[in-house]
This record gives sequence, structure tokens and C-alpha cells, in this order.
Amino acid sequence: MAYTEEELKKELETKEYEYGFYTDIESDTFPKGLNEEIVIAISKKKEEPEWMTAWRLESFRYWKEMIEPEWANVKYTKPNFQDISYYSAPNSKPKYESLDEVDPELLDTFKRLGISLDEQKKLAGVAVDVVMDSVSVATTFKKTLAEKGIIFCSISEAIKEHPELVKKYIGSVVPQKDNFYAALNSAVFSDGSFCYIPKGVRCPMELSTYFRINQAGTGQFERTLVIADKGSYVSYLEGCTAPSRDENQLHAAVVELIALDDAEIKYSTVQNWFPGDKEGKGGVYNFVTKRGICEKNAKISWTQVETGSAITWKYPSCVLKGDNSIGEFYSIAVTNNYQQADTGTKMIHLGKNTRSTIISKGISAGKSQNSYRGLVQINSRADNARNFSQCDSLLMGNECGAHTFPYIEAKNKSAQVEHEATTSKIGEDQIFYCNQRGIDTEKAIALIVNGFSKEVLNKLPMEFAVEAQKLLEISLEGSVG
Amino acid sequence: MELKEKLIASFMAFENEVDLADPVHEIRSEALKNFEAKGFPSRKSEAWKYTSLERLQKVDFSLFPKQDNALEYKDVKKFFLHEIDTYKIVFIDGVYSSYLSETTHDGVDICLMSAALTKEMYKPIIDVYFNKVASREDSLVSLNTAFAKEGAFIYVPKNKVPRKPVEILHFSTGSETAQMLQPRNLIIAEENAELQVIERHQSLTDNEILTNSVTEIFAGRDAIVDYYKVQNDRESASLIDNTYIDQKGKSHVSVHTFSFGGKLTRNNLNFFQDGEYIDSTLKGVTLLGEKQHVDHHTLVHHQQPNCESHQDYKGIFGQRSTGVFNGKIIVDKIAQKTNAFQQNNNLLISDKASINTKPQLEIFADDVRCSHGCTIGQLDKEALFYLQARGIPKKEASALMMYAFANNVLESVRIKELKQRINKLIAKKLGVSLGFEL
Repeated sequence: MAYTEEELKKELETKEYEYGFYTDIESDTFPKGLNEEIVIAISKKKEEPEWMTAWRLESFRYWKEMIEPEWANVKYTKPNFQDISYYSAPNSKPKYESLDEVDPELLDTFKRLGISLDEQKKLAGVAVDVVMDSVSVATTFKKTLAEKGIIFCSISEAIKEHPELVKKYIGSVVPQKDNFYAALNSAVFSDGSFCYIPKGVRCPMELSTYFRINQAGTGQFERTLVIADKGSYVSYLEGCTAPSRDENQLHAAVVELIALDDAEIKYSTVQNWFPGDKEGKGGVYNFVTKRGICEKNAKISWTQVETGSAITWKYPSCVLKGDNSIGEFYSIAVTNNYQQADTGTKMIHLGKNTRSTIISKGISAGKSQNSYRGLVQINSRADNARNFSQCDSLLMGNECGAHTFPYIEAKNKSAQVEHEATTSKIGEDQIFYCNQRGIDTEKAIALIVNGFSKEVLNKLPMEFAVEAQKLLEISLEGSVG
Repeated sequence: MELKEKLIASFMAFENEVDLADPVHEIRSEALKNFEAKGFPSRKSEAWKYTSLERLQKVDFSLFPKQDNALEYKDVKKFFLHEIDTYKIVFIDGVYSSYLSETTHDGVDICLMSAALTKEMYKPIIDVYFNKVASREDSLVSLNTAFAKEGAFIYVPKNKVPRKPVEILHFSTGSETAQMLQPRNLIIAEENAELQVIERHQSLTDNEILTNSVTEIFAGRDAIVDYYKVQNDRESASLIDNTYIDQKGKSHVSVHTFSFGGKLTRNNLNFFQDGEYIDSTLKGVTLLGEKQHVDHHTLVHHQQPNCESHQDYKGIFGQRSTGVFNGKIIVDKIAQKTNAFQQNNNLLISDKASINTKPQLEIFADDVRCSHGCTIGQLDKEALFYLQARGIPKKEASALMMYAFANNVLESVRIKELKQRINKLIAKKLGVSLGFEL
């Protein structure tokens, strides 16, 4: 009767993507391929001012000169960038004033995801800027936020209505030519979220966006810009699920966070895009550039739960520019079947008395490969900088791999850097201990995995913790209770 | 002419000098081809990200010594571990010095690579071991292989133990303005054999020296090999040390690296575990000042189940020195029950010094215990205060703490006199006299 690891493995293998469904909404889609005309067309379509079009074109020219990076510890067939349609928007436009006007099919999709808008509105007090295939379809709670002077809208709206803010900050943390995918995103980003918290304001609710990729053959190029002005606070949530699909989908998002003096940004992500089936077919390519900059006494905290995507390539980073600033990174990355994840963080210490914490938990099952890649850099002027890093890996089955590539560079004698990493499997003695106390093996594994990831799960906002649990369940069903 | 072109051009002359009928002729040509294709590694390659060979390539090195140089024992006595009796294999500017050496063929062979490569009686051994564990991909190793001619050759047959430790010393006299040396060592300890080796490269001049050394070590079943590398060279000397170790079941091999000097030192230390119940130990103390640079690149490849590896590297970096540690552990799928431990602790004691460290784990087996820890920090101010409060001057107090910091590594040194010697070197480096030995 004992539930063995063998059985668990079998169960994991046969576990199909539960949230795989496809919403049939007619979309307004561009022809495949990428050239200057397409870039101009996207910009025109979005009724953007001239400076934005020029900025996009500049990025596109950088991108043309760049080559795709190959250093990550992942293997995949490179996407053909000329075989992707770079714009797709649900055509049930224009914008809705209330939920009743929204396409019922769309609403149904969210219901099946368990994130129905009205429920969200009532229950959690979360303003949801829903992004369905790149265009913001519904924005709620805008009024409440507006009273506080908080701007929370889609980035295309921000470009039109708050050009001074966008112009000042876009590309200031992730420059256009930062890397291959950032350049691509800068050229063709379709939409995304924009958030500005004025001086001294504490955002009263968790801001959140749900991203979904929902149009066959369209890459998703989101652009997120969060600006926390002096002394403000915001907690931002981002979560995603995508339908089952055979062909690979490309996702190259850019997220920029700006925390001015004494501000704090908490950015949480739950990512559960289609990871491919158990043969490793299909699945989303997730190549994301996320970076935040901290001015004096500011704090940026990244929390992520990564369970989806066939390929994940993601390093949410903090540039600790101001004195006494703080960077944090909490991550759980789960890979199963043929998934490959190469994820981690960069903490760049520039200011004095800067501190950073990195807690990374990797869980590999099936035939997956899970890598942690991180950089802690203490520059010569960063007196009394402090870093603590911990990377733990849990291996399930003997066909998966766990890797760590931590880079530590210190150029200041007052720096204190600690790095720890462990790799282990669920011990037979641990299971035996639980069995002895009447806990069956399945529950025992759940208990252990839960305990293993607890440090990170605890960092998630309440509303998200529930969803994160749900996603861990899907990825490692049978092992998480 | 850049160094690469010069090396390639001189290969012909070199090959004419040695016997073309030489059995390793083919290995040499093959290796040169690899070097020719790849050249010197640049900082663009991940493994050389933090260490640049740019400057060295511009130096006009003389590749072959033009004359034989002699040294008086009394002048170089201090570089020997003279407190105890040892076998000695001594080279002066890359040429064997029979006057300073003490070799043997009594039960074990402690002699020269040139003899092993050319004498018929050693052919079976060379065929089995030469260039078998050293990388054929690495361009610098290939470069050494192409010019492999001289070095130490130690062969300890089954169940034998040499009477005393072996010292391998390389002196450079500076008879040329700039000299490049490429010693090649082959060390074999067969089943149940035991061996202790101390290796040292010492420049006696301010002329530029570049050493590109390759050592292959084979440890048979149940063999025990202790290898100590003492690196305390002058500011004008650079060393690229490539060591490859092949271990069979139940063997114990330990390598201690003491890096106290040299302009640029790169240690590539590679362990391959080819059997079960193997124990590998890699330890190092790095204590640098001035503009010195040390780069430790270690690899432990666990290829079989039930093995262990222990790594412990301590680094103290002062003045404008820079340090690099890159420790890679690979655990193959079948290497279950592996126990791999790695630790790298660093003290930065100057604002201008820097350290780059990258402990790296690549694990493909699930039932393993692998851990690595890495720290960069300073001396504990409170502990320092505690010592000062008890009348120990600050300088001595911090030296004492640095001793303690490095002591873990010294504990496992099995030659008492060597341990004392290292202690003295540390004290000298720190500029203190503690009046007692740890």
C-alpha cells in the first residue's frame, strides 16, 4: 500500500497541464515577420507619439546587430523571429466601463482559472489590470487609486497620458541594448502595465495583472514600468497561466522597477505558462529581463514562483545604487518532465551599507534541468555591503539535474558575503519518520516539499500564496498537499 | 612576434632536437594542432573570465635555455625542505641538475621524464599513462604536451612505499631576459602504493618567467598520494599549473596548494573519480599582497557511486591583490551516494584587493549530499578587541586570527616539517613573529 517514489514519478509524468484550454476570441493579428514597417505599424496601431516610435526604431536597429545569447544552461530550438506575429489584440474593443460589457467567453476563462474579476473585486480588494493577449481589456479599482494620485494603467495609455513619466523612466533601468531580448521587447512591446505611486503614498491594495498568452503563434512582449516616488510603498502582483499549445511560444517581457529615496516595491510573480507535455513538446519560451533600481534607503523585493514554461531564462535583479538600500530575492522554481529553467538574480551593490538577501529553492523532477545562476557584485565604493545567499535544490528521481552557478565578486574590504548551497533528495529516513507517526508517504512528501519551499511561500502576499500553492500542486501533484 | 606564432614556429626545431621516432611524436603533433587551432584562452571564455593572459603574450619569451646553468646548494638550500631527508628532482631553467638532485631506481622509479620518454624499458608505462588523463581539449595543456620533454617521473609499483618524500624543484636563474618553461610530470602510484610529493617553482631573478606546467597523477586501487604545491615566487614569475588526477577505487588523493606569491598564478586542478569509495581532498591557503593574482580553478568529477570529495580553500587578500576561486563539482547520474563538500572563505584586508568566486555544482544524481559554502568577510572586530584587551598588539592579534582562519587547511598536512615551514611563510608574509608555532 505504501506510496513509493516510483509511483510519484509515474504520476508526475502522466500529469497533464490542467489549466490547458483555449479561449476562442477573434483577434486582430499582424502578419508574421519583423522589419521596420512592422515596428512602425505597431506604434501607429497604438496611436503613439513620435518619440515613442523613434525609440522603438532605435531599439530595433540595436536588436538587428545583436546575436542571441547562448550562455544559459538550457537547450532548445531557437525561435525563428521572422515566423512570429508581433501584434495581436482581442478585437472586442473598445474598452468596457463595467464587467457586464466584457465578452462573456473571456470572463468564463478567468472563472475557470479561479480568478473571476467580480470575485476578486469583492474578496481581495485587488485592482486587476487584465492583459489578455497584450491589450488591457479591463481595469478595475482605478477610481480608488486615482483618489490617492496613484496611476495604474496600461503602458500604452501611460504613453499617451503621462508621456513625461514614461519618457523619463522607460529604458532607464533596462536600456534598449541591454540584451538581445530586451532590445526585441523595446522594439515591439505590445502592451503592459504602468504604475506610479506619488510621494509618500502607501498603495492601499495589492496591484495585480494577470498575463495570458492566448493567440496561436503570437509572441507576448509585455513591458512593465513601476515607479515608486520618494517614501512610497507598493506591492505588485503578476501571475500567468496559458492554454495548452503544440508550437513553442516566445515570451520576452521587460520589467523595470524604480524605487526612489525611501520607497519600497514588492514585486511578486506566479508563473505557470504551459510547460509542454510530458514528451517535452510545446511549451512557452520565457526570456524575461527584470531589473529594479534602488535609490537611497529604498527597498526592492522580488518573489517568484516559477512552475511553468518549457524554457525559463530569468534573472530579476536589483541595482542598489543609493546608500542603505536593500534588495531581496525569493524564488521557488519547479521543473518537471522536460522543462528547463535557468533562473536566479543579480545584486549589484553600489551604495554604502547596502544589503541583499537571496533565497532560492529549486525542485527538479522528471527529466528536467534546473539551474540557479546568480551574481553578487560588491563595488569598491559599497562600504559595509552585506549579502546572504542560500540556494537549495531538491531532486526527485534520478533523471533530472540541479545546477548552481553563483558568481561572487567583491572589491571592497568591508564587504560581507555569504553563500550556501545544498542539494538533496527527500530522505528515506524523513519519510520513514512520518510513516511511523501515521502520515502516509504521499502526505509526507507534501509536507517535506512544503517545508522546503516555506521560506519563499511566506514572502508572498496572502492573495497570492493561495494561488502559488495551487500551482505547486499542479506541477508536483501528489507531492504537495 | 606574438607568443603563439613563436611557439608554433619553434615546434619544428624542437621536434628535430628530440628523436622523431619517439613514440610520443604523434601525441605531440596532435597537441600542437589543437593549440594552433585554439590559441591562448581569452577573457571571453568563461573559464578565463577573471584572469587575463594578454600581457604575457606580448612578452618576448625565450623558449629553450641556451646554456646550462649551475647553482650552489648553499644558495638555494632555503628552498628545499632541508630539515628532513627527501628524494630530490631539481631543474635549473628547465634542465635537470644531477648535482642538486637525488633520484632512485631502488624498487621505485624517481627520475626524469626525459628518461621515461626515451628509454625502451619505460615504454609500456608511457603507453598506458602518458597524456591519458590530461585534457586534449584545453589549449594550454596541449601546448605543454606538444613541448613535453622534461619533468619529474615517479613510478611506485604495487604495494611499494618510497622511503622518503619526493621534492620537485624548478629554479629559474634569469640567464635570459624572459624565459618560458613547460615542465611535464608523470606520477604513478599503483595499487596499494603510497607517495608524498612536494612541488615548488622558484625564480631567482627579476627577469620575467612564465611556467606552463602539466602534472598527471594516477592513483591505483587503495593507493594514497599526498601532493603539496608551494607557490611563493617572485613578482616577476607567472605560473599556469595544470594538474590532472585519475583515481581508482578506494584510493585517497589529497592536493594542498599554498599560494603566497607570484605575479599571476593559475591553478587548474582536476580530479576524476574512476572507481567506488574514493576520497579526494583539495585544500588551499592563499595569502596575497602587492599586485599578485591567484586563480584557483578546481574540478571534481564524480563518475562512480559512493565517493567523497572535500574542498577547503581559504584566501587572504591584501594590498592590490586579486583572487579567483572557481570550484566545479559534477556528479554523474550513476554516482549515487556521493558526498561532495566544498568551502571557500575569503578575507579582504585591503580596499584595493578584490575577490571573485564562483562555486559551481552540476548534479545529475538524486541520492547525493552536496554542499558548498562561500564567504567573503573581514576579521571579527570583537574578537580582535578581545585579544587586544589581553595585551596582544593589533598586528599580532589580527595575524593570530588569520592563522586560525587558515589552520583548517594546515591541519591535514601530513609532513610535520612542511607544516612548520608553511607556518613560517605565513608569519613572514604577515610580517609578525608570534614566538610560537601552531
